[in-house]
Amino acid sequence: MTKNSAEQMNGAKAFIESLKKEGVDTIFGYPGGVLLHIYDEIYDCDLRHILVRHEQAAAHAADGYARATGKTGVCLATSGPGATNLVTGIATAHMDSVPMVAFTGQVTSTLIGNDAFQEANITGITLPITKHNYLVQKAEDIPKSIKEAFYVASTGRPGPVLVDITKDATISEFKFSYPEKVEMRSYKPTVKGNAKQIQNAAAMIVKAKKPVIYAGGGVISSNASSELYKLAELVNAPVTTTLMGMGAFPMDHPLFIGMPGMHGTKYANFSIQDSDLLIAVGARFDDRVTSKISSFAAGAKIIHIDIDPAEISKNVAVDLPIVGDAKFVLADLIPAVSEKIVAGKTTDWIKRVDQWKKEYPLAYKDDGSTIKPQFVIETLCEVAPDAIVATEVGQHQMWAAQYFKFKQPRKFISSGGLGTMGYGLPAAMGAKVGCPDQIVFDVAGDGSFQMNSQELATLVANDIPVISVILNNGYLGMVRQWQELFYDCHYSHTDIIDSVDFVKLAEAYGALGIRVEKKSELKEAVQTAIKSGRPSVIDVRIDRGENVFPMVPAGASINELIDERKYGGI
Amino acid sequence: MTDMQSNAQSHTLSILVENNSGVLTRVAALFARRGYNIDSLAVGMTEDPDVSRMTIVVFGDDAVIEQVIKQLYKLIEVIKVVDLSKEEYVDRELALIKVAATSETRAEILQIVEIFRAKVIDVGSGTMVIEITGGSEKISAIEKLLRPFGIKELARTGKVGLLRGPKDTVKEK
Ligand SMILES: Cc1ncc(C[n+]2csc(CCOP(=O)(O)OP(=O)(O)O)c2C)c(N)n1
Ligand SMILES: [Mg+2]
Repeated sequence: MTKNSAEQMNGAKAFIESLKKEGVDTIFGYPGGVLLHIYDEIYDCDLRHILVRHEQAAAHAADGYARATGKTGVCLATSGPGATNLVTGIATAHMDSVPMVAFTGQVTSTLIGNDAFQEANITGITLPITKHNYLVQKAEDIPKSIKEAFYVASTGRPGPVLVDITKDATISEFKFSYPEKVEMRSYKPTVKGNAKQIQNAAAMIVKAKKPVIYAGGGVISSNASSELYKLAELVNAPVTTTLMGMGAFPMDHPLFIGMPGMHGTKYANFSIQDSDLLIAVGARFDDRVTSKISSFAAGAKIIHIDIDPAEISKNVAVDLPIVGDAKFVLADLIPAVSEKIVAGKTTDWIKRVDQWKKEYPLAYKDDGSTIKPQFVIETLCEVAPDAIVATEVGQHQMWAAQYFKFKQPRKFISSGGLGTMGYGLPAAMGAKVGCPDQIVFDVAGDGSFQMNSQELATLVANDIPVISVILNNGYLGMVRQWQELFYDCHYSHTDIIDSVDFVKLAEAYGALGIRVEKKSELKEAVQTAIKSGRPSVIDVRIDRGENVFPMVPAGASINELIDERKYGGI
Repeated sequence: MTDMQSNAQSHTLSILVENNSGVLTRVAALFARRGYNIDSLAVGMTEDPDVSRMTIVVFGDDAVIEQVIKQLYKLIEVIKVVDLSKEEYVDRELALIKVAATSETRAEILQIVEIFRAKVIDVGSGTMVIEITGGSEKISAIEKLLRPFGIKELARTGKVGLLRGPKDTVKEK
């Protein structure tokens, strides 16, 4: 449809047409009163609509879809409670800069402000957790708002955009035409880095004797992994990736030094602390990474490449900022560095880092009497090394990040910034819908899994074979760990043993349920689940008392890590 | 981290925004959410009906103000932000002051009004309303002088400002 052949239609139809124009293929949604016109259009349209069982899951699924595919995820919920149920999912996407457009129905425009039935001021509520939002009260404003929403969500620093559409706007008719271009004088993200700054950065890089590359989620959002790889090899610098940057650099590469920060590797943290140049790419110096900020990389000069100017010098004063898209900036930086680089400058440094790697490896004790969670992750990685791994939040999330060796971006899908329990299962669902040919795990905790387990119904109904692997310790384990280490073992409200029989729960929904109580049963269980092609739940009874190490205690410098050895074991 | 107290002072930010409903909420909410303190905020139309200008006086050191400006730019509807305090600029504020006035004090009040080149815009039984325009210091000064007579009510608009000379906010970088 072009501008000239405008067709008369109602707002609901225009909504569907606009989504098609944006190339949307899937919507995760849940109906309600004000959405009846829209659902009447969805009834026989050729978009795939997946009916979730809770709107929070619709938002997480759209988010998981977006992280796995790089495309903008779409969710839809009704006014009032439907809209407020999206809030956690929108906040999760906002914290992790995920491109997503959330649509909500709103009461009829003349009722707005009257405390009408199922009215919630969702644009007000989501103001601080969206990149932008729109209240659309006229059918003819639907196309432009949707065009802008997708543009804003997916460009610059990506993020969620909410479009709230009143019921009357979905009903009234107008001549539909979809704008060809977005014209927003007030929104023009910087893509290319400043050429002079890039030259200056190159000069700093070639001078450095002990450089470290600190890569975050921005590398993944900008699809800059291959550029990062080239830069790392060119400079011969060790690379640490944050939780959000997991897979941006192959974890089996000799230059890879693991995750930084609270549950990072010792050698990543030591390397950062001892470096003379920290090259931050698409990372934001989160407090889980830096811990005590005054001593973070204190001896290093810092180059910060980020698309969001507001991240520059927000937490840590940087010596050289470059604002721009990581892919473009790195592409310009690589030739500038390669012109001047002298080979062998970092050889001694790499030797020292390798020494740390040998001395303080990521390791756990396993006498075979229990199932160690780390072993479970290693087994998943062995059976399906290229799988997508979504996680919930807690100890299991950290073990997944530490022990699964991701070789590619968009494989690790986890709520980093907000730390949302209940994220993993619906996010895995979204990822599987977006990438049906890949094996998708939800590495779950027994606590988190119960926060959105109703989505087993969605998985079964829509034949989406996600495999949930519950690292079942009968605890809200991460909280229990803090209670053990810092609160005199006062296990206040963290024991949730025998909450539910997860195998029966899976079966009740029509999914495959498998219990694993012995180490020897694990591999086969995973293989069985994969072969079954069905949504599956593997309930793995792990060592209840296992802790995540190493660990930087709150307020300490990142090289002051505690681990099992120092703590005396459990 | 920078020392927050080092060079903290008031900054007058001139912000051009799309004239959409909700934009004032977005700006105000941003200041609240990030813990920045607004001393005053004035908003109104500009020469372009699609654009509004907000003049916000905010207290902070250079690092804080830099963050404020960057965060403002993250709002999709913010077109331009200029820290007037870093430039040559003029600013004015308007205040209406309702002061108690008796037959004994009226002459003295009028004298103050004259010295400050203010205006009396209403006289009632026992009160006068005075209109004064000027810099914030001037308004504070007249307020102080009138206080002994008994200020019944006071309304200040908050500062508005523009760059001096031919420069305009949009082209200023
Ligand atoms: C929605 C939500 N509520 C509370 C928390 C705080 N929290 C963080 S980890 C955790 C325990 C998670 O338990 P479980 O899912 O069993 O994972 P485990 O740590 O045992 O692996 C809690 C309660 C959170 N992150 N998210
Ligand atoms: Mg648990």
